Amino acid sequence: MKLFTILALAVAIGLATAVSPFAASTPDGLERVATDKAFIESGKSQDGPIADYAFPGVENERLATGLAGFAGTLIVFGLGVVLIKAARRRPTVA
Amino acid sequence: MHIPDGFLTAEVALACAVPAVVAVGIGLRRANVDLDERRVPLLGVTAAFVFAAQMLNFPIAGGTSGHFMGAALAAILLGPWLACVTLAVVLGVQAFVFADGGLTALGANIFNMGVLGALVVGGMIHFARTTAPKATLAIAGFGAWLAVMVGASATALELAISGTVPLGTVLPAMLGTHLLIGVGEAVITVAAVSAVLSTRPDLVGRPQVVVA
Repeated sequence: MKLFTILALAVAIGLATAVSPFAASTPDGLERVATDKAFIESGKSQDGPIADYAFPGVENERLATGLAGFAGTLIVFGLGVVLIKAARRRPTVA
Repeated sequence: MHIPDGFLTAEVALACAVPAVVAVGIGLRRANVDLDERRVPLLGVTAAFVFAAQMLNFPIAGGTSGHFMGAALAAILLGPWLACVTLAVVLGVQAFVFADGGLTALGANIFNMGVLGALVVGGMIHFARTTAPKATLAIAGFGAWLAVMVGASATALELAISGTVPLGTVLPAMLGTHLLIGVGEAVITVAAVSAVLSTRPDLVGRPQVVVA
């Protein structure tokens, strides 16, 4: 399991860091429909620590996206493991 | 397919958040049953892969792109309930850290992109008569496509009930664009399940759907 975990995590980090800067930037399915059907204006813009997948303070767009992907993949992995470990510590009812 | 804040009324957002919270709650309560100690990292890895793959928008026709959703893949690897937890982790981090998907719409996004697909695909695995790799790959392909279409329909329905856009306008448009995005979902899901089947076939089993 350890080898599989390391390999799979490496693939995920590689994709998020090195490939995501080259992903398509055209609107996704819902954004396209919202634009075409003229309700995109109802959406409110939001802010976050790494808003719009651009790592703050990094001017180069591709680098900013890659760093955001790297950070996000690790955050998601860490949160997933911590959450499931905490849940497993509780006695099971099921 | 991340719904931003403002697209849904508070009532619709809440009505979607309830089943999302219930499904994630069932998943957390089943953490001991559905995962043995050895496989705990699998949830983290699946969440990490889903997050990474969701960043890879692929172009489809008409200046539109699609991205991976991941509910089908997570349901095949972890069972439907832990798949809900996995997608909740991904969508939660996207909403709070990356400003992708509204905070008030988070429940709806977990419901549309996680719970619905996970239960559809989990149900297909549960009722499949065999767990032979071929059947699993068929479910991975068709289930992934179906999960996207069901999620797109639910999104359209929520937008219509919220009064944002009429159903007759939004449903055909959502289904039309997601027809191809669903094919992308199927390709990625089959590729990922094939990769797991060829390296660790023991990780792809028959998860239980019934809440014991």
